[in-house]
Amino acid sequence: MRRACTAWLLLALAAAAPAPGPAIVLASTTSVENSGLLAHILPLFTAATGIRVHVLAQGTGQALATAARGDADLVLVHDPEAEARFIAEGHGIDRREIAWNDFILVGPLADPAHVAGGHDAVAALRRIAETSAPFVSRGDASGTDALEKRLWRVAGITPSGGWYREIGGGMGQALNAAEAMGAYTLSDRGTWLAFGNKAGLGASVEGDPRLLNRYDVIRLDPRRHPAVQSGPAGRLADWLASPEGQAAIGDYRLGGTQLFHPDADAPPADSQIRSGGGC
Amino acid sequence: MAGFLPIVGLSLVVSLSATAIASLLGFALASVLALGRFRGRAALIVLVNALLGLPPVAVGLLLYLILSHAGPLGGLGLLFTPGAMILAQTVLAVPIIAALGHRALAEPWLRYGRALRSCGVGRMRSLPALFAMSRVALLTAVLAGFGRTISEVGAILVVGGNIAGYTRTMTTAIALETSKGNLGLALSLGGVLIGISVAVSTAALALTVPPGGLGRENQAG
Repeated sequence: MRRACTAWLLLALAAAAPAPGPAIVLASTTSVENSGLLAHILPLFTAATGIRVHVLAQGTGQALATAARGDADLVLVHDPEAEARFIAEGHGIDRREIAWNDFILVGPLADPAHVAGGHDAVAALRRIAETSAPFVSRGDASGTDALEKRLWRVAGITPSGGWYREIGGGMGQALNAAEAMGAYTLSDRGTWLAFGNKAGLGASVEGDPRLLNRYDVIRLDPRRHPAVQSGPAGRLADWLASPEGQAAIGDYRLGGTQLFHPDADAPPADSQIRSGGGC
Repeated sequence: MAGFLPIVGLSLVVSLSATAIASLLGFALASVLALGRFRGRAALIVLVNALLGLPPVAVGLLLYLILSHAGPLGGLGLLFTPGAMILAQTVLAVPIIAALGHRALAEPWLRYGRALRSCGVGRMRSLPALFAMSRVALLTAVLAGFGRTISEVGAILVVGGNIAGYTRTMTTAIALETSKGNLGLALSLGGVLIGISVAVSTAALALTVPPGGLGRENQAG
């Protein structure tokens, strides 16, 4: 019995004790984690610097809120308006764009609103509202949710009614819900490509310049958040923006498809987003 | 899915540690509730039973606000660590073990308390005898507490953060794989979790109840 207790104590200590070397907390959007990007690139950073990275995969709104309480060392998010507020409120400094891809409107293959194959996201949303085709909204203040709300504003529509379903969940939950309900939803391309339950869903609308999805890394202002590990966090931000980090982002492929474009590989001047499998 | 065994290991370390701590606290509280004589005892019993329905997400959020850098205990650096997860699950398990433990101790105390006292055995000295009489029911209380901790996801997701290789457990991994649309993998993880739960219960019963003793409590009593 005593031996069992000792063994247990050692096991518990091993689990609780911090491993050697510094570890920083990166509050990130779910898309870069769920798509497998961070699991691909962060080990390269850790190998190069000895700094371990603990990833909190949250929606952009929650990630910024976590960081604003001083509970993260660095944020990686994708909602330009919320990021600007975060910086204006004095929490963040040194915003850098490190990757981009695009959003797509995902919908049932049966396409009840007849929007498939289009390239105008706003026109498609109008059609969905007119036909009252089911639409799943994240409703979680994430970057994707923020863009969806902006698109509805551009369309001049305040979505409401039984067809508009706010699920208050992450991207994967929204895709699972859309699949189950035969509904449309807005998804970032990375999560969509990595998603394992596509079943009756397909990409309906893509290639609209308004669907550009940029990922920014923001450091926390050490004057506002003195407990933050500014040094190692800054090294991760620098590495993500460095040629080495940018190459790692561009190298990540899932089933032969590139999911994220490094910032250096900027979208063409007319902002026409490349679409289809090559993205 | 990489690192499967560490996930199972962390689930067990966190939940068994929380259950152990909660058992100490819960049994102490149960003894006070069953044998104590003080004002407000009835109210405390009602409160402990009411806390059986403690929502894990709310417990997680409350602890998050306390352990956050902007909160009163932020300096401990516990947030997003296994330690915070053990703390959260302990809070969830204490009312269960205390309420069921109270039930288990109150009944033999009603029946034998007077006899014990007439033999000159004090309340404190009666406890070992009561624990021995009620050990199967007390074990059920511990297993109910363990069931709560190993299966909950709401609290540890908030205070642990589901960090890969550090605070990811079976339940948070199931939630994650579901959100990635890997429903088959999520379901098989759920199967493994049930298997582990069965194994722990079986081991606990085997250690506590003599062979052939299970299911014969009525005749034995």
